[in-house]
Amino acid sequence: MAAVLDVTPESAWTALWRRLQQDRVGAISLGIVAAYLVMILFAMVGLLARGWSEEVGVPYANPSFLGERPNLEAALQKRLEQKGKVPDLRDVDPLAPKYEEWAKRTEALKSTEPARSMTLPWGGDRWGRDVLAKAIKGSQVSIAVGVVAALCATFIGTLLGALAGFYGRWINDFLEWLYNVFTSIPGILLVFTLAAVLRSGPLASLFASGIWTVVIILAFTGWTGMYRLVRAEYMKHRSREYVLAAQAIGASAPSRMFVHILPNVSHVILVQLSLLVVAFIKVEVILSFLGLGVPIDMVSWGTMLGEAQNELIIGKWWQLAAATVFMAIFLTAFSMLTDSLRDALDPKLR
Amino acid sequence: MVPTLAGVVLLIFFLFKLFGGDPAQILAGQIASQEQIDAIRHELGLDQPWYVQLWFFVREILTFDWGKSWMTREQVSSIFLTRLPATLTISIPILLLEAAMAIPTAMVVAYYRGTLLDRTVMAICVAAMSVSFLVYIIVGQYVFGFQLGWFPVQGWSDSFWKNLVTYAPLPILLAALVGLAPQTRLYRSFFLDETKSDYVRTARAKGLSEPAIMRKHVLRNALVPVVTNISLLVPGVFVGSFLLEIFFSVPGLGREIYLAVNRSDYPVIQAVTIYLSVLTMLINLAADVLYTFVDPRIQLR
Repeated sequence: MAAVLDVTPESAWTALWRRLQQDRVGAISLGIVAAYLVMILFAMVGLLARGWSEEVGVPYANPSFLGERPNLEAALQKRLEQKGKVPDLRDVDPLAPKYEEWAKRTEALKSTEPARSMTLPWGGDRWGRDVLAKAIKGSQVSIAVGVVAALCATFIGTLLGALAGFYGRWINDFLEWLYNVFTSIPGILLVFTLAAVLRSGPLASLFASGIWTVVIILAFTGWTGMYRLVRAEYMKHRSREYVLAAQAIGASAPSRMFVHILPNVSHVILVQLSLLVVAFIKVEVILSFLGLGVPIDMVSWGTMLGEAQNELIIGKWWQLAAATVFMAIFLTAFSMLTDSLRDALDPKLR
Repeated sequence: MVPTLAGVVLLIFFLFKLFGGDPAQILAGQIASQEQIDAIRHELGLDQPWYVQLWFFVREILTFDWGKSWMTREQVSSIFLTRLPATLTISIPILLLEAAMAIPTAMVVAYYRGTLLDRTVMAICVAAMSVSFLVYIIVGQYVFGFQLGWFPVQGWSDSFWKNLVTYAPLPILLAALVGLAPQTRLYRSFFLDETKSDYVRTARAKGLSEPAIMRKHVLRNALVPVVTNISLLVPGVFVGSFLLEIFFSVPGLGREIYLAVNRSDYPVIQAVTIYLSVLTMLINLAADVLYTFVDPRIQLR
């Protein structure tokens, strides 16, 4: 009558999923982050915020819920446009005979000025662009920069950490030296140095558009923490029995490093990766604000804050609010999710 | 430390050499004849092989003679001496104020661990950390400087006391408040680590009150990692907060290097980066030596 023990071991990732669902804060955070990702996906394929750079409203259009607010700037702009009519100089102008021809040409090129609305859902910026659309597009750019840069930094840090921890000896000595060099330069100075070099160097035109300058700066300066963690894990794991067993059946060194050990340290990497995403997004926002980040034809939370500084002085607070709220909600949810992830992955709590 | 220092010098040299722009082009500007460019190249030694240039670079570092800034013609060494006081006037009070606020807050939160108060404060901390530093500065400057007029919006004077009393308080307060959230979170974890240890259980077993345990036992032991963390922040004092300096137009080192990046002023960037790295190394070394006095369990190898 012996009871048959039939317990299929739960895979690590199923366990993670189950724990995350049980953790209420973690589940809500995961939901918010997922919602952001869907929003970004829609923005990328053009279903959302496609026309963020179109001037759809009057300058500094009021938010819809504040429609009655006086908008001096838009009124001023309108006055200027009306004043722009040229006085009649027909009698004195030697070019007067050409007026007819010019009028015809203008007729042919006549552009239709789209009707500009007085209010926008969450207000407009200086050029009458929709702030809500900008915030959505800005989320896409900021989060993409953070995630891509974090992935690059993780790749560098993991590779170097694995080499140093697994092989030890002179490889370890060399990489430790490199680590010391990178960490003894104050982080922000390294960022500025790279920004200066990439702006004025021969590579400047290569990265002039797109997010690559920021990504390179962040990845190049941010890999050190990951390296340290991964190295420590590899030193611990390299002489464990399962690795020795793999060696005994003839697994090559790269195979032991990346097929056997890597999955067993992936939880450390995953948590550190999410911490990097949060840190990198914050730095990207500051760099873009300073004009060292994404190019001017793109919008990110940082460039929005850059415009918002001057707008706030004349009382137009909505762009500041939009960028802050979008950023704060995402980073809070992402940080909470990271905490839950760390708890769910902690083998001691099992 | 010497190999690390050599690495820093090599890294900076080759970053600028391989990826930086041609200094002669930057110096000569857009409209320059080939002769002018060649003359500048010769003057800067750019027509020499790279190892000779590296030697020039090392010589500049050792003799503190970096020549003049490319754009403002100011001596690079004098940039250091004139900008550092402003940076320190802001950053040292920030460091002290942050620690003075974060340690008691963390201790109180750790004392009430697991309660609603603890969780509320921690949630506020996470939310506060998710708002960009920029937003705090923009809104703080607008509200306290522009709207309420409690502080000047920006500015700086030649007198140290006037700076400290008039111009520095707003940036200092803003930075200290922003630094409060992450530091409270970190120090709370240090306190919590100690509350789980054996000596706390012993103290509780012999009937000591919870506040007494917290004050006499936990605080003293938790101060070791706290002091470690603060000593890690000390090198940052010299770099200062470039954002604060830019916003409040404080003529400090951080703002100077930001301006240098914008005008591709390579000597200033190189000099600031290298000397501040050396300073960072020296401070860390000093901190390591100090530990052996603070905590007898630690030994230098």
